[in-house]
Amino acid sequence: MALNTQPNLFEPGKRYFRAFSPGDDFYEALIDTHRDLSDAQSAMVNARLILLLANHVGDISVLREAMRIAREGV
Amino acid sequence: MLSTFRYPKFDYIRPPEIAEGRDGHYPVIVVGAGPVGLTTAIDFARQGQKVLLVDNDDTVSIGSRGVCYAKRALEVLDRLGCGDEMVAKGVSWNVGRTFFREEEVFSFNLCPEPDHHRPGMINLQQYYLEDYLIKRARQLPGLEMRFKHNVIGVTQGAHAATLRIETPDGACTLTTDWLVVADGARSPIRTMLGLDIDGKIFMDRFLIADVVMKADFPTERWFWFDPPFHPNQSVLLHRQADNVWRIDFQLGWGADPETEKKPENVIPRIKAMLGDDRAFELEWVSVYTFQCRRMNRFNHGRVLFVGDAAHQVSPFGARGANSGIQDADNLVWKLKLVMDGKAPATLLDSYTDERGFAADENIMNSTRSTDFITPKSAVSKTFRNAVLDLAEHHPFARALVNSGRLSVPSFLVESRLNTPDGDDFGGSMVPGAPMDDAPVAAPRGGSPWLLGHLGDGFRVLYYVDDADGLPPATAQALAALADGPIPVEALVVAARGTAPGGLTTLLDTHARIKARYDLEPGTTYLARPDQHVAARWRKLDAAAIRAALARATCNA
Repeated sequence: MALNTQPNLFEPGKRYFRAFSPGDDFYEALIDTHRDLSDAQSAMVNARLILLLANHVGDISVLREAMRIAREGV
Repeated sequence: MLSTFRYPKFDYIRPPEIAEGRDGHYPVIVVGAGPVGLTTAIDFARQGQKVLLVDNDDTVSIGSRGVCYAKRALEVLDRLGCGDEMVAKGVSWNVGRTFFREEEVFSFNLCPEPDHHRPGMINLQQYYLEDYLIKRARQLPGLEMRFKHNVIGVTQGAHAATLRIETPDGACTLTTDWLVVADGARSPIRTMLGLDIDGKIFMDRFLIADVVMKADFPTERWFWFDPPFHPNQSVLLHRQADNVWRIDFQLGWGADPETEKKPENVIPRIKAMLGDDRAFELEWVSVYTFQCRRMNRFNHGRVLFVGDAAHQVSPFGARGANSGIQDADNLVWKLKLVMDGKAPATLLDSYTDERGFAADENIMNSTRSTDFITPKSAVSKTFRNAVLDLAEHHPFARALVNSGRLSVPSFLVESRLNTPDGDDFGGSMVPGAPMDDAPVAAPRGGSPWLLGHLGDGFRVLYYVDDADGLPPATAQALAALADGPIPVEALVVAARGTAPGGLTTLLDTHARIKARYDLEPGTTYLARPDQHVAARWRKLDAAAIRAALARATCNA
């Protein structure tokens, strides 16, 4: 499976009438996850989050592709 | 500074209460002749309701202020008879471009679907909107406007509200059965009644500069994150009528408003953006902060709050005047039914429920935009910049870029006025949905657009392929819907033919209604006076329509 870079966010059981809503729901939850944390704590949360999501994705070829894109131009 | 607009001055007329030394009583008084108060008063007058509109000033909005009017607000203004003037004078646009530092990262199109009457958005200075609304108001018998009338006291009892009003000739007392409060964000009446409004202030300041220049930039919304000419902040460029361009610079909380407003400080910012050789003149400069907050309830007995008086949002997304105009759209038909004794006063609770739901959605969307544009922490800024970096090449990230989710109407899916679906439907025209427009041919005359035939009263849309073949019994059942205490006008939507018995036929010339409303022969929609879906069925059932009508008017 290739890395999906098309919009792909949704919440089961939730009906969306506007295309921007699922992405905005996610982004708000992401920023809320970091609320009131120090920079060091946020870096730790991000590392843990990546590890959890990587395990969920499972397919290492997909993860390699994501890691390559993430590093590009940084 | 230059002036492309001549402010009208409206005459103060000595009120009869002062001339005759008595109190006055009115069935409904609207306070505040801004876009929302004017919309409210015009809508009442169009429905034959006598209404008094009072305002403490004697001209229109000073400065361009609200400049973006969304498709849904234009549809409401169409219903009031002002849409054509707005669109003719305004600058129509659908495309927005977003830049990060020096690169364009993506663009969006607000109205990618063809065959809608109105564009996604027009830009027009608020004073034009108010000017057109006042001209419209003057055409309507039963609508009286009084300028230089300042409300200095309000009380309310069980059956009326009492206003103490100061005029250049002294003060007078007016009572009213219903008071609609459209006196703006600082709402003196809200304060006089001791009512709370809760929310938060955002710690940021923005500079608005209206610039007059000849420029060949396309008619698009351009939004920059961290541009080289204004590092670490955002900038927004919008075209208005008369070659006036709105430039909005984020300044940060530490900026001093009085210093920033001085032309010698504003002009270098604009030159840095436009380049040194472009000729321009400043027309209006303002520095603003904003709050996101709302009243807990918008209806308090005999007093109803609309627009900024009831709720405020950040300006990103143009959700102020646009949502206020929809408040009026939602309120007037309900209050008129209550005033006419055709619905109980509890119908007004649904005004708070529905427009409160919309206000929450507006506050949520504008808060999210603000948090994206002004990240509150280092990690939040890192995520924001990562999204912008990825957006250039990766579609998923474009969907996350939030430079303002522009005003769109709420789907009132939680409203108690809706009759839940019993039949299966595709598409998004669910009970509570703001109804989609589509082109029509109307053999008996009228608008070439579906929405031109909806609104003001309840309507039923009934679909058949060939209107010539409509059985007489069905035609009679449809016509009979007009007979109740709250009449329902039937509209036959068809691919071809003309319905018998004088029923209005709308030909679905582009098959857009069929697609957007998932129509099959027999499909029936009940539409509210504010062009929202109340109920829908796969078969015509007059008893079900009556029950849904009762539910939509709190008569069930």
